[in-house]
Amino acid sequence: MRNLLGIIDLSEHAESLGELAAHRTLGAVPFGGRYRIIDFTLSNMVNAGIRNVGILLNDRFGPLLDHIKDGKEWDLNRQRDGMFLLPAPLRTDSGEGISSNLINLRHNIGYLEKSRQEYALFSGCGMVTNIDYQAVLAFHLEKKADITVIYSQMHNLQEDSPYTALVVDEGGRVTDMALNPRHCTSRKVSLNMYVLRKDLLLNLVDHYSARQKRDLFTDAIMPRLAELRIYGYEHKGYVGAINSLKSYYQRSMDLLKPEVWQDLFFTHGQISTKVKHEPPVRYLPGSKVSNSLIATGCTIEGTVENSILFRGVEVGAGVVIKDSIVMQKAKLGPGVTLRNVILDKDVTITAGKSLAGDPSFPVVISKAAVV
Amino acid sequence: MQKKEVVAMLLAGGQGSRLGILTKKLAKPAVPFGGKYRIIDFTLSNCSNSGIDTVGVLTQYRPMTLNAYIGIGSSWDLDRAGGGVSVLPPYMREQGGEWYKGTANAVYQNIDFIEQYDPEYVLILSGDHIYKMDYSKMLSYHKSKGAVATIAVIPVPWEETHRFGVMKTDDTGRITEFQEKPKVAKSNLASMGVYVFDWQVLRAYLEADEADPDSNNDFGKNIIPNMLAAGEPMYAYAFKEYWKDVGTVDSLWEANMDLLAKDPELKLNEAGWKIFSLNQTLPPQLVGPEADVQGSLLGDGCLVLGKVHRSVIFTGAQIAKGAEVTESVIMPGVKIGEGATVHKAIIGENTIVEAGAKIGVPPRPGEKADIVNENGITVIEDNVCVPHSMRIVQGTVLSVAEWPAFPEEWIS
Repeated sequence: MRNLLGIIDLSEHAESLGELAAHRTLGAVPFGGRYRIIDFTLSNMVNAGIRNVGILLNDRFGPLLDHIKDGKEWDLNRQRDGMFLLPAPLRTDSGEGISSNLINLRHNIGYLEKSRQEYALFSGCGMVTNIDYQAVLAFHLEKKADITVIYSQMHNLQEDSPYTALVVDEGGRVTDMALNPRHCTSRKVSLNMYVLRKDLLLNLVDHYSARQKRDLFTDAIMPRLAELRIYGYEHKGYVGAINSLKSYYQRSMDLLKPEVWQDLFFTHGQISTKVKHEPPVRYLPGSKVSNSLIATGCTIEGTVENSILFRGVEVGAGVVIKDSIVMQKAKLGPGVTLRNVILDKDVTITAGKSLAGDPSFPVVISKAAVV
Repeated sequence: MQKKEVVAMLLAGGQGSRLGILTKKLAKPAVPFGGKYRIIDFTLSNCSNSGIDTVGVLTQYRPMTLNAYIGIGSSWDLDRAGGGVSVLPPYMREQGGEWYKGTANAVYQNIDFIEQYDPEYVLILSGDHIYKMDYSKMLSYHKSKGAVATIAVIPVPWEETHRFGVMKTDDTGRITEFQEKPKVAKSNLASMGVYVFDWQVLRAYLEADEADPDSNNDFGKNIIPNMLAAGEPMYAYAFKEYWKDVGTVDSLWEANMDLLAKDPELKLNEAGWKIFSLNQTLPPQLVGPEADVQGSLLGDGCLVLGKVHRSVIFTGAQIAKGAEVTESVIMPGVKIGEGATVHKAIIGENTIVEAGAKIGVPPRPGEKADIVNENGITVIEDNVCVPHSMRIVQGTVLSVAEWPAFPEEWIS
């Protein structure tokens, strides 16, 4: 896998995540009790033996940098290769916004050129999964493909989220690709991860960025369907597509199923994240906890049901949390009741307050808010 | 090498034979503690939090787990450009070499290591105690008293004084008398095995001690009494917080149970005094729909589908549906099968307790059981499998080597 370069694209749209992505890029959105969404993509790459990872930074990446630092938690603080941060240009020639992976790649073309790897794995980070990229590269080589697109049979896709549907023939060749089709029988959805030769990537970037195109997949790969050998690799493990508030909430709740927890955190290696050295969870006498994911540093004396608690949350006696996601260091006053609520980091809920949303529309309290 | 004011020498070579099968394959400081830690984390974190950045860890007995665990010390922020953590096993010299003969000899053999940093002071520590202590305060005390040696002391119950080095002090805190593990103690101020020495003075005593063929080469038995006899200014530094020697099965179990108090004496979540440990890269614990967890401490990566009361469950352990764990210490990676019960037990790392097994049950009337632990704590070795429906009577200390001798009726 020393021959595979990893590129993580953070230009995916996160607007539909609302408050959760107001101050942070999608990759930095907290997920699963102790992670940020980028942890899954980064860990999958490293677990597959990839040692050179470039991260295309876009907008609001402060919290992301604070999280990944020098890449040490992923063993990417290397003398050779390692982790490279690739910021987008502050302004483009045409003076437009910079939410474009083609412009960003063009801006950082030197990194791509000097990387020694022959193949590149290009990935967004909105798909939470545990995947074996070594198997993907083997498939790519076996099929003598120009581009291999990773897809998954997705039945839990949100109707309101952007997606790319693929039509794949029996031999694995992609015969059609469609962006957000209204009528589509295929449930084969691109995970926005693809493998290709680095020189092909360089050619595509050079050609299409020079023609004012913006997105690598839709503007540079889709139009070449007929002339390139594009194959689809089916990933059969759990995939959580995070592209709207509702999907964020529902995919979070998926983690409460032991089979999903097992699949996502243990199948092809473990998921690394920034270490906080929090003590184990303290359950005091009288605590009632069921069907919940609890991160270290929490102390629980109240009731927690069907919920996710991030690190360092204190649930006092009489506090009731149901069907909710409570992020790091939330302070909950006596008698607080939460139901279908997402609390961002450092939120304070004062004594006696009762907050409730709906499973299809969870209430989100933004970072550091006081209610 | 850059000069350091103080170098810490952490004694981590002991076998910890009183922990029996729990230290069969690893040194005592590497024994898991408190749901995610190993015992040595407390001392290493104390160093890091006290601003001591040069630490020699003296290893000898079964060091592999400890070596792998400490690595280059990054988990404790001790991976430093100058100093940091150094693991120091005994080594060969031109004239041969030898094992560490005692605590004092272990430091003597590493005089060259210490001299590299040309320190004013040396801090001697043990790797087998659970406590949070700011060594920088002890060092200030040492300096303010003009001492050449300062010993951290804590009052212990009089009936336990025979296990410790105890000392009498005058009104100023100066040590007037020292007794090592006395039959009749004159004081209940016990040494915690934490010493600050003026390095050049200690060096001279270590060299003299080495030249004495009758010496045990031990700090408590030789160095401290010799210094006192010579009239050196030695002071006791009183420590009043939580401190526990976890050198026995009983004390290890108790110290784990101490963490379960509603307001535990030893707080693991104190801001500014974190206890660092090697991260295991595991997801948050998952507590299932029918789980019942009360009065317990659980680490990352646990999967709990059954009942856990008044227990410490370490990183990555799994408790199946219908299983019941009470008053127990379940070490990392242990799997407790469906319907199994575990009461007042310590289960070693990665051991599997199969469905329906019963650990820590009272003996049946007339049943002959090989009870080793008088307090009824059952201990199961690491990396073994307790078969389906097996009964293990309380107070049994179970090592796989002894299994064939087990009576048939235990499997019911």
